[in-house]
Amino acid sequence: MKSLKNIQSTFIPLMEENIDTDQIIPARFLKSTSREGFGKNLFRDWRYSHNDEAQPKADFILNKPEYKGSILVAGKNFGCGSSREHAAWSLLDYGFHVVVSSFFADIFKNNALNNGVLPVQVSDKFLQKIFALENGSTLSVDLEKQTITIDATGEQEKFDINNYKKTCLLNGYDDIDYLLSIKQDIINFEKTLA
Amino acid sequence: MGKTLFEKIWEKHLVKSIPDGPDVIYIDKHFIHEVTSPQAFSGIEKRGQQIFRPLKTVATADHNVPTINQHLPIVEEMSRLQVQKLLDNCKKHRIELYGLGHPFQGIVHVIGPELGITQPGMTIVCGDSHTSTHGAFGSIAFGIGTSEVEMVFASQCILQNKPKVMRINVEGELNKGVVSKDIILYIISKISASGATGYFVEYAGSAIRALSMEARMTICNMSIEMGARGGMIAPDETTFQYTKNRLFAPKEDAWDEKVEEWKKLYSDEDAVFDKEINIKAEEIEPMITYGTNPGLGITINANVPTVESISDEGERKNLIKALEYMGLTAGQSLKGMPVQNVFIGSCTNSRIEDLRLVASVIKGRKKNENVNVLIVPGSQQVAAQLSAEGLDVIFTEAGFKIRQAGCSACLGMNEDKVPAGEYCISTSNRNFEGRQGAGSRTLLASPLTAAAAAITGVVTDVRELLN
Ligand code: SF4
Repeated sequence: MKSLKNIQSTFIPLMEENIDTDQIIPARFLKSTSREGFGKNLFRDWRYSHNDEAQPKADFILNKPEYKGSILVAGKNFGCGSSREHAAWSLLDYGFHVVVSSFFADIFKNNALNNGVLPVQVSDKFLQKIFALENGSTLSVDLEKQTITIDATGEQEKFDINNYKKTCLLNGYDDIDYLLSIKQDIINFEKTLA
Repeated sequence: MGKTLFEKIWEKHLVKSIPDGPDVIYIDKHFIHEVTSPQAFSGIEKRGQQIFRPLKTVATADHNVPTINQHLPIVEEMSRLQVQKLLDNCKKHRIELYGLGHPFQGIVHVIGPELGITQPGMTIVCGDSHTSTHGAFGSIAFGIGTSEVEMVFASQCILQNKPKVMRINVEGELNKGVVSKDIILYIISKISASGATGYFVEYAGSAIRALSMEARMTICNMSIEMGARGGMIAPDETTFQYTKNRLFAPKEDAWDEKVEEWKKLYSDEDAVFDKEINIKAEEIEPMITYGTNPGLGITINANVPTVESISDEGERKNLIKALEYMGLTAGQSLKGMPVQNVFIGSCTNSRIEDLRLVASVIKGRKKNENVNVLIVPGSQQVAAQLSAEGLDVIFTEAGFKIRQAGCSACLGMNEDKVPAGEYCISTSNRNFEGRQGAGSRTLLASPLTAAAAAITGVVTDVRELLN
């Protein structure tokens, strides 16, 4: 996993609520056995008509060349539905490092963190402020300080992340590295179960 | 202060707590399938690690498999490769696999309980959100992502933040024609598709106690559809009777010892829940969904909400968008609306009791000529039972198509898809856009309501067909 510290970027606003993992990456694209290459099918059915890459839907935001950035901003309850980690892989593969929403589904949040995609949960009010910004405005996310800032106005909110996950992200190591390091504890614990 | 059922099991499996971080939880049983495991296998290989406790993982192939001619090679190339990969991985890493052709093969959440692998008091995970199903036995069971599958491979543990605990009490007696699927659809319609996010739910109350094991599984299965991490029901005599004598259940003295232990698995009188919800069983009627998340459901005789009746602006927008996708109008009634497909299957409702319910409605009747009806048993064992009881004859005579076990049209990863624009009354658990195939329109309902629609060809109150 790559480490993540500060990100300043323009953002892509996706003003939908309850975006489920079937929309992020439809089930028919889950047949790959590697982690790479999912970005081209991110939001597949919202991006293309008739599942055809030659027919992009002009009004879908990812198809508008003027919208760019490594931050996705979406309505509340982002990532609900299935446990497919492919949702996090497809966001990362497409180039998103941060997702901002006023609410995240549990499993998605874990999956994102496990892959170095930072879910930033803000208040509804702050989310609306971001949605109201002009295209081309930038956001700054500071993981160390746990803040997200609208650069144009300086408005800022703090976001939550537990210290353990934060350390993992900042240093680019993951849960498996940690679990392997406590293997003897696990073996001792197993003896108490029997 | 007393403890909740959840806390009792969690604490027993707590290896350690990381300060200001998650808990390390030991996992008793790990199920895997072909879709969410390949990257976890390659992950541990890349790290140069072995599978730490291969005997605690069980595999099956379900999501991708065809439901006809399972003895032949899978036609679709990507699906074939994925299923083959599972076979190779299990062989290489010495994991028990109930793959295609094996008499135990089936949907992962159907086979665990029916083989007696799922037992009270366990911690159970699988790279699949409906792992919550196994909570019906009084275990902590939940879905995980592929990185977490890799954690279990590497250490038989995962890191989890301890969730809050909610209790939902359903008291009273159910109305005629109302089954457990209606209970859970009703609950989700009340508290919304995100109403239990951050919680683990315990279902309790006299109406829940009165349910069979398979009916309880249907309820726990859909916990995730209201955002909950999982759902559970305290084990009781019903649970013990169901589990006893199953293949992997403890035997003889070991059985008696286990039951004594399991009898302690309940929430203490004075246990405190972070949230409690009370529901009267009498209020519940046959349910059906009209929208594109499982929270958008109504009783069969109600009308779809009007836009004006919704005060929250975001929800109003969601409703308009959902109705547009579904080809429905705000305020309309669903009853009498033609449907082109009926799907009876999925880890929610594909067990033998579900199929018996369907048979009870359709016996001696024929399906409507405009409906395509697919019955997909949850496992090879359910399929065998179906024939043993002669239900296959009832279904075939009614004009239903009976298929082989798998997830099938629940998520349309194989050939079983609902054509774009058509309606499908489905006993599965998700009505998301495109879930059953691009452009498909899903109405979630109970096996009884699905059976009624198969006969009439329209959305029907099943009580009109029951005498
Ligand atoms: S039946 Fe449907 S919900 Fe259940 S495991 Fe299979 S795909 Fe998932």
